[in-house]
Amino acid sequence: MDVTLFLQQLVNGLTLGSLFALIAVGYTVVYGIIQLINFAHGEIFMVGAFGALSTWIVIGRAQITAWWMLPLMILGAMGVAVLTALVMERLAYRPLRNAPRLAPLITAIGISVFLQEVVRLFYGLIPGFPDAKAPVPFPAVQGVSGGALDLGGVVLQRAAIFTLVALVVSWTFLYFFVNRTRIGRAMQATSQDPDTARLMGIDVDRIIMVAFALGAALAALAGIAHGLQYTNIDFRMGFLAGLKAFTAAVLGGIGNINGAVVGGLLLGLVEVMATAYIPGTFGGSAWKDVWAFALLILVLVFRPQGLLGAKVVDRA
Amino acid sequence: MSTEQHEVQFATAPEGAVLLEARGVTMRFGGLLAVNAVDMSVRSGEIVGLIGPNGAGKTTFFNCLTGLYRPTGGQVSFAGRPLPPRPRKVVQAGMARTFQNIRLFQNMTALENVMVGRYCRTSAGPLTSIVRGPKFRREEAATRARAQELLGFVGIPEAGESLARNLSYGDQRRLEIARALATDPQLLLLDEPTAGMNPQETRQAEELIFRIRDSGLAVVVIEHDMRFIFNLCDRVLCLVQGEVLVQGTPEQVQSDPRVIEAYIGTSDEGETGDA
Repeated sequence: MDVTLFLQQLVNGLTLGSLFALIAVGYTVVYGIIQLINFAHGEIFMVGAFGALSTWIVIGRAQITAWWMLPLMILGAMGVAVLTALVMERLAYRPLRNAPRLAPLITAIGISVFLQEVVRLFYGLIPGFPDAKAPVPFPAVQGVSGGALDLGGVVLQRAAIFTLVALVVSWTFLYFFVNRTRIGRAMQATSQDPDTARLMGIDVDRIIMVAFALGAALAALAGIAHGLQYTNIDFRMGFLAGLKAFTAAVLGGIGNINGAVVGGLLLGLVEVMATAYIPGTFGGSAWKDVWAFALLILVLVFRPQGLLGAKVVDRA
Repeated sequence: MSTEQHEVQFATAPEGAVLLEARGVTMRFGGLLAVNAVDMSVRSGEIVGLIGPNGAGKTTFFNCLTGLYRPTGGQVSFAGRPLPPRPRKVVQAGMARTFQNIRLFQNMTALENVMVGRYCRTSAGPLTSIVRGPKFRREEAATRARAQELLGFVGIPEAGESLARNLSYGDQRRLEIARALATDPQLLLLDEPTAGMNPQETRQAEELIFRIRDSGLAVVVIEHDMRFIFNLCDRVLCLVQGEVLVQGTPEQVQSDPRVIEAYIGTSDEGETGDA
């Protein structure tokens, strides 16, 4: 076996997996707190990418080489994504807090379509913004675009480095946030027993908002990473990415943050490795989704709670 | 297990001040009148017992007081102020509780459970937590220290790092009390704190409740163990079918024929709550 090729696939798999993982955390955190599968989360990822693009347009395309461009785009993306998620939670999910499970689930699908259509129809109407009915080019950003690093035959794109670093930083941050802060402990408590948490004086509505905001912020990072890697974004990008990330969250054990990360990385690796190594008819990129979902089915059959499964946001 | 040396300071109301005032509290579930016009007042520094046969509405009454249920009638006030039936407001006002079936956060450590109790007395928001400035770190350290102190107070100082679910049954009960104390209550509601305990553990629980009272808190206890209740309480209410049947000193309640009848029953299959 060609070691360099294998290492290259490993890098590619981890990069793709990091993207899934960043989105998957949002599914898992929200599910852990209110047992809602927020199918609109993929669209939050998409909105985040558009938020980054908008920031770039507004604060000056010419400044693309400035070192502060990337941090500002990250802030812009997170701001837009978090705001969208909070408004969505307040207007669409909170009124349904005590409704049967199916109601918020269908609402989520509705919001998903709504957000896609809003971006498709209205993004281009804002003065100076490009039309978003077709894929829109994502700006190349100084430092994280182009100029691949060559590590002895293994090519590492700068965008890939950005994605991997984003995941590692987010994961570390989440660990400290969930385990070492007042709000994080309240999140764990709420996820384990919301009624008791309430009786201990925790403002559960606020904790739910924090969960949505955290998930949205990470999805926004993923949105930028996606834009940098694929150099364009479009209003439909949230659908498949969201579905894959949801799969990753279930694979790792929905409700468990580490599970979402492990599930995301594993899913990315399986897709890339299957594309590269499965010979004949069943190989190649056309079959990669089949292998990804086959893995999901296997895990669900033999370990329905997921790889690291537990029903709670259990120790990030 | 040594508990003597752990003395802890609590913020308390002046001794004898009326803390809890429940007037005509009523809870109706459809056709079932679970709690019917119950009056109760609790003063700072006293231990009040709530007894009654199974299904008498004791826990339902607790749930009405703590905002888990919204009473269908009556009013509750705390320290002279009307108390809205919202759990968070109740805790903030200074009333905390434990549960008949232990309801700890099982997958968190004992220390973390108590730290969760500090939530309503601390203020670090999401952004402060992200920035982790000196104020955040000071508050976090104070929360941790207070939680450890309370674990000591209830007699499990070395349990901090164990997951709640790995603690022994008796220690889980103590941990629940520590978690409730972490909310800085002036009144503590204990729902069957000795259920399932052996006599020695019961004695320790009794001693702990006395120490809580001696620190200036008021305590309301639901119990079935009559010897425990009559030893412990300054005043006892006997609830039967959702209504206060008798209330008074332990001696008065103990000797009241209606209480004996309610417990032993007039039918053959009645059960006694006392040993």
